[in-house]
Amino acid sequence: MSEPLARTPLHALHVELGARIVPFAGWEMPVQYAGIIEEHQAVRKAAGLFDVSHMGEARVRGRDAAAFLDRIMTNDMASIRPGMARYTVMCQPDGGCVDDLIVYRFSETEFLICLNASNAAKDIAWMRSLIGPFKVEVLDECAAWAQLAIQGPLAERILGLATALPLGTIKRFGFAVGEVAGASGCVVSRTGYTGSAGFEIYLPAASAEKVARALLALGKPHGLVPAGLGARDSLRLEANYPLYGHEISERISPIQAGLGWTVKFAKGEFVGREALRRQAEGGPAASVVLFSLDDRRIARQGAQVYAGETPVGEVLSGTHSPTLNKPIGTALVAAGYTGSAELTVDIRGNRIPLRIAVEPFVK
Amino acid sequence: MSNVPADLHYTKDHEWIKVAADGTAVIGITDHAQAALGDVTFVDLPKAGKTFGAGEVFGAVESVKAASDLYSPVSCEVLEANGSLNDTPDLVNREPYGGAWMIKVKVRNPGELAGLLDAAGYAAIL
Repeated sequence: MSEPLARTPLHALHVELGARIVPFAGWEMPVQYAGIIEEHQAVRKAAGLFDVSHMGEARVRGRDAAAFLDRIMTNDMASIRPGMARYTVMCQPDGGCVDDLIVYRFSETEFLICLNASNAAKDIAWMRSLIGPFKVEVLDECAAWAQLAIQGPLAERILGLATALPLGTIKRFGFAVGEVAGASGCVVSRTGYTGSAGFEIYLPAASAEKVARALLALGKPHGLVPAGLGARDSLRLEANYPLYGHEISERISPIQAGLGWTVKFAKGEFVGREALRRQAEGGPAASVVLFSLDDRRIARQGAQVYAGETPVGEVLSGTHSPTLNKPIGTALVAAGYTGSAELTVDIRGNRIPLRIAVEPFVK
Repeated sequence: MSNVPADLHYTKDHEWIKVAADGTAVIGITDHAQAALGDVTFVDLPKAGKTFGAGEVFGAVESVKAASDLYSPVSCEVLEANGSLNDTPDLVNREPYGGAWMIKVKVRNPGELAGLLDAAGYAAIL
């Protein structure tokens, strides 16, 4: 049976703002307010405010915290400096992805990890199962934190109206801890999932509504709009950021997903290392490609990809790109076909040529 | 609340049909349907001369979120597809009962209209 859906601390605000609420990863989340395309454009041209409080958080602390994280994550954890964050994947022994995460380092012995909502409980159980001899504890802080993302070229100016934190000194993937709109203990990081500039804010759940209202009011004259999960998806796909369950999953490894840069074989033993090394050296059986279509039909998840009459893959994500004004997507394509100029995708019986992109559609 | 004009017939699948005195009709999707779909990016319509039975798929409407099939309310022959939706598919969001009509058809069996919902019947299922 399905569990009752959780609500973020901003639920009442979403309703007040006229959001369309949908079930997502066990949560009631706003998929759109004014409309996906309008919200998408606002983020590219001004700024959007996203409630991403469904994301999970785990604190990992203890004498061996860095060594423990290096054992369970693919990226290099020990070299993260306090005040910085790093994107990483956490793999199974077979190289499939348990999750992709951002790891924030607070001190030599203390880290905060951002987890995908759909994986949060699984991730925490997985991490705890691997503690073994490491002197470390994994704390579930999912309920303690809300998360807001303020994204777009004007995000820094707007956030600067609400905080005295020196935003200009926060580097990409850096963070600072302080007060935002009167709420103390906020973690403000220069990270995002849109391909536009901006920040993500981890804040005590009880302060979330006050901070969100303050940001929306301060930002409105600058074009800040509330933005939902629909725009978040089209924004991240234009930027070619993976979404767990689509481009990466328990069956799609970081090597297949084009995330080889997050896999640091030289750091020593870690879960999944041998399987990933075999894929990296021998070439994976299939890999993820980004594409656009010179058509108006959108190739959705599950649509079949063909080389001539041979099925060679399937679509993982698909949407309309407001920036390109055409359909874009990702597909898992068998080795040997990823560079093919003759791939097509089947959409309701029509074979549409796939135009593979070598770079994200936004930088 | 969505808009349900009184002078149309409706399907459970959220199409409307407006019948003229000469036996032709225009077909589109309802205000409720366009709101549920969100931003419409493409409308896939049949060519003139195609025929469809009642309840058959005659096309599809794509929004950012999903593609939905379009079902013919009655047996018909397509006389014209609305070409303006090619360039401005978002008309479906703005004028679902006006500029965003989808196909103009010849109704083959006017008796089928009696099996459709009237405005009150359609409003009752929303």
